[in-house]
Order: sequence, then structure tokens, then C-alpha cells
Amino acid sequence: MRETPLSNCEKEFILNNIKEHRRLDGRNAYDYRDIRISFGVSLGCCHVEMGKTKVLAQVSCEVGQPKQTRPHDGVLFVNVELSPMASPAFEQGRPSEESVELSRLMERCLKESRCVDLESLCIVSGEKVWHVRVDIHVLNHEGNILDCSSIAAISALAHFKRPDVSVQGEEITIHPLEEKDPVGLSIHHMPLLVSFSFFLQGKYLLVDPSEKEEKVMDGKMVIGMNKHREICTLQVTGQNLLLKDQVLRCSSIAVTKVTKTTELIVQALENDKQARLRGEKHGFAEQISSEKVTSNHWRETQVKVKEEVMSASGGSGAESEDVDSDMEAGSGDSQTDAARLKDVEPNVDIVARGVGAIGEGGASRWLDLPKTTQTSKNKGKLKRSHPEETEVKQEYDEDSEEETQTVLNGVQ
Amino acid sequence: MASFIVLTEEQQRLQREAPPEAVLRCLTSELGCLTRQDGSASLSQGDTTVTAVAYGPAEVRMARERIDRATVEVVYKPKVGLPRPVDRKKENIIRNTLESAIMGSAHPRSAISVIIQETEDLGSNLACCINAACLALLDAAVGLNFMVAAVASAVMEDGKIVTDPEKKVEEKAVAVMTFVFESVDHKLVSVLTYGKFTQEQYKVCRDLCRQTAQSVFAFYRESLEKKLLKTV
Repeated sequence: MRETPLSNCEKEFILNNIKEHRRLDGRNAYDYRDIRISFGVSLGCCHVEMGKTKVLAQVSCEVGQPKQTRPHDGVLFVNVELSPMASPAFEQGRPSEESVELSRLMERCLKESRCVDLESLCIVSGEKVWHVRVDIHVLNHEGNILDCSSIAAISALAHFKRPDVSVQGEEITIHPLEEKDPVGLSIHHMPLLVSFSFFLQGKYLLVDPSEKEEKVMDGKMVIGMNKHREICTLQVTGQNLLLKDQVLRCSSIAVTKVTKTTELIVQALENDKQARLRGEKHGFAEQISSEKVTSNHWRETQVKVKEEVMSASGGSGAESEDVDSDMEAGSGDSQTDAARLKDVEPNVDIVARGVGAIGEGGASRWLDLPKTTQTSKNKGKLKRSHPEETEVKQEYDEDSEEETQTVLNGVQ
Repeated sequence: MASFIVLTEEQQRLQREAPPEAVLRCLTSELGCLTRQDGSASLSQGDTTVTAVAYGPAEVRMARERIDRATVEVVYKPKVGLPRPVDRKKENIIRNTLESAIMGSAHPRSAISVIIQETEDLGSNLACCINAACLALLDAAVGLNFMVAAVASAVMEDGKIVTDPEKKVEEKAVAVMTFVFESVDHKLVSVLTYGKFTQEQYKVCRDLCRQTAQSVFAFYRESLEKKLLKTV
């Protein structure tokens, strides 16, 4: 699907606002949107919201061969997925230029900063090492996917635990989670990406651009930094020239942002750990508040088992009919909707000649429309069947057989 | 020291005849949780969580265009790694199910696409996917012939039947069946089974799931009511 492009007047409006030091969502130039970090039930599953931008990260591991050049090191792999889930502009299948750039930047930020101790992921040197994989799924694209994904990735890595391994001579045992407590990855520091967007030849600078601002910006600078003020990555893209001052200013902004965000991550990790220790409910289902109009929560429901069900299990003769009626539902798609509607006889009361009574037919009958279609259809069949009953029965059987096939097709 | 539980014959008989367990884990939904799509929903059944979004009716790629009805596209995204054949199969099942639910002839030469992201798989994943997809379609206000609700059930080694099984139960079970029902006459739309089971067990499972599906429909109704009436 194609995305609606930003119109010229919208662009102008945003730029004029930026000139007057205003942003569409009322933030100041150096403000981040609200960040929310939550963890799933499984280890290494992290969901990060930054305003309305949402990203899901999952870390997984498997045993494999090390790289030839680094036989003592584990392997870290980062994958960023931009699917049509996030925005209609993204396409399924082939990775776009944008997603390749994102993946590369994330990989550079996490791998080349050596934040994960890869040597501790070695099982047998040169033969067996852990391959750690970070999958980042963008769920909703409302701007600044990069910062959001970097928070999600590092939080997920810090949350993840791999199964314990013991080596005795030639024998390697991977202990399942029930047998031995899993081991966390050793994270030396937490590099985070902060992006800055520039407008009007670098004259104006904004932190955490929203999706519309990203469409208007001239260029972008991304700084990867940890809380010890060490720069891990720096990338400049777009068509603008930057002054030395600006780069320095950006890096000092990045310092404060990274410190704050790191605190947030540490806090979220601690909260999750405490909740797990206390055996409280954790996971995503618990994060959705039921106070909202759009959300709904039901406790465990006990379904009352009707007597019929139990007696039916005894295998009475009525069962075969039941199967037939079941299969009929599959015919829903083979029959066109137009034919369905045709079956309903129009019911217009004519009060007097020349007086239309459409729309005065009493209470709305929309809700039970499908039911009436069904019954009238059955009636039609039955009427036809009356003179020669035996034949019709066969017809029914044939019908059901065909429909069984459609159902089976549906399954495979 | 070993301990024994003595079972009399009478107790054993009662155990055999005890009604099967029909429990639906706690349900949590959020409609319109994402902003860029036409419709979106996230649904949790117990700890199994799925996010689904729907677009449509929208422009369709030429190769997939059908002149008499809408093309239904389903993408299932696993949480780890690239989609495997198993996921493609899941996609197909969901697509066929949704195709019968969506009023396709109302929107010829257009596409209705559903994208499903696995967030947490802790049992009955397929059922959760179908239910979330249905909620997303409802949120996108796509015309439907009927709603669909999926319920999974597992047959244990001792013949016990558990509805809406958790992952651990699923792994131990001899057979797992997922049934999808429609909302008008509560008839079967699709079935997916794994493992070995008898015809009797199949029938019991189906009827149990059908009854459990009523709760799912009631849940849909309440979720939508809450959103449309704007009452908490």
C-alpha cells in the first residue's frame, strides 16, 4: 500500500512552527516523548513505547559454530524488521533501504561497542559457541524508530538469560531451565542511540523527531553513547553541513538523554525482577489497564458444560445429522453474498396506492437477517424435497461430502 | 519414602465420568492499540499474547487482484527469526478462515490485509491469532458475514480433555485440536488437529469448544460495546 505523502502546506506549517520554536505535539526542542518499558513472561522479551511509537524486541540463542576469524567468541546478530504492521508504507518481504540502514546502525551500536561480553558465550573454543540473536519488530511507526529500537534491544539483552552449560571432557550438557537456573548475559555497558534532526540547513535542531517531522527534515545525526559519556557510534545522513559547535552541542544533549534513559531501563529491569521474585503476575497482559474504553479484561471463565454435550459423547444416532449441519458452515464462502441476499423476500407494506412505505416497516430487522436467510433457504430446499424424499436425502449427502472437502482445504 | 493414593473402583468410575474441564483462561484485549493502521487489536489469552492489525479495503497488487471479490492477505510474523514453513501453514489456515468470514464480494478488486505479530506464545497460539485477527477486523470495521472465534482443546494421555491449554499441557497432550466457530449459527468453520484421538474424543472436544466459543463471542461484544459506547 502506498503512503499518503505530506502536502506542501503541511510541510510549510511544520517548518514555520519550528522557526517559532514550537512543535506539533507541544514538546520543546530537546524533549523526548514519554518512554514506557515493559517485559514479557518469556526471558528477553521487551516492549518499548515512545509516545505512540512501539517496538518489540526478542532475544534468542542457539548453539553453533564460531566465526573462523574469532574462534573464542560467541556471535551476536541483530535484525530489524520493518513490516506493514508498523506503517502501510513498509512492504512485506524484501528489506527496504531504510530497514537495512536501521539494522546496520543497530548492529554497529551493539557489536562494535563490545557491550555484550562475547567471550563468555564460548562453550568449546573453535567448535561450539552461543549465537545470540536480537529480533526487533517495529509495531507502530510514529517517528524515531531508531532510538526506540535501541532501548528495546539493550533492555531485552539485559533481561535475557541463556540455559546453563557444563562441559566434562568431550561431553557438553545444556541444562534445561527446570534443571539449573539460567545465566544472564554479561553486559558491560548500555549503549543507546539518540537521533537529532536538522531543519533549514542545520539552523534548527530537534530531538526525537515525530513521523511528520522526519519527513520534513534536511538531515539527521545519530549519536550512540553510554552513560559513561563514551561515544560508540556517530552517523550523519542527509543533505546538510554541520558546524563543529553543533556536533558538540548534540553530544552534550545526548549525555543527559542517555543518563536518564539508562536509569529508566535499570528501574524497569529491577521492577520486573522483583515482580518475578515475589511470584506476582507479570507480562504484557498485566500492563493493559482495564480503565480504558478500548481495553477489556475478563477473569478466567468456567464454561458450564451442558448435559447435551455429555450425552452426545455417548454417540447417539443424532450425531450424524449434527456433523452435516456443522459442515454447512463451510459453504458460507462458496455461496456468494449476493445469492444470500436474494433469498430474503422483500417485505414492503403497501399502505395505499402511490404511498411508499419503505423505511416504515417497524423495528429494525438487520440483526437477525442472517438467520432469516438460513431458514428461508432451508424452507426452499424442503419444499422441493416433498414429492421425492429419498432422492433429496442423497442430495444432502453429496452436499455434505463436497463441503467436507472445502473444510479440509481450509485446514491445509 | 513413597506415598500411595488408594483409589476405589467407585472413585475411578466417577473420575472417568467426571465432566471434562472447560476453562477459558483470562482474556485481555485492547482495541486500536496502534495508530497507523485501519484497525488494530492486541489480545491476551492467559499469557499468550498476539497483536493483529488490519488494513482495508485498499489497493491490491495487480497479480493478486480478483475481479469478483476482495483478496484477503494474511501475514504471520513469528517473534524469533524468519517465517518458517510452519508459520506459512498457520498463515494459510488463518487466511482461509478469514476469507469465509469477510464479506469479500462487497469489495471487489481490493485487498484486505491482516498482519499478525506473535508477542508471547504460551499455548493455544493459533486460537489466539484467529481471535485477535477477528478483533482487528472488527476494529477496522470491515464488513463480515459472521465473526469467528477459535478455541483449542487438548486430549491428555488419560483421556482427560482440557480446553484452552497452556504450553506445558499442549506439550504433554496426545492430541491438540483447534476449532473455529462462526457467530450466527455457531457452526464449524475450520479445524486443525495434531496427534491421535478417537472419533468420540473429537466430538466431545468439538462440543466443548463450541460452548467455550460462546464466551469468546460475549467477550468480543463487550469489548466493542465498551469502545463504541465509550463507557468504562
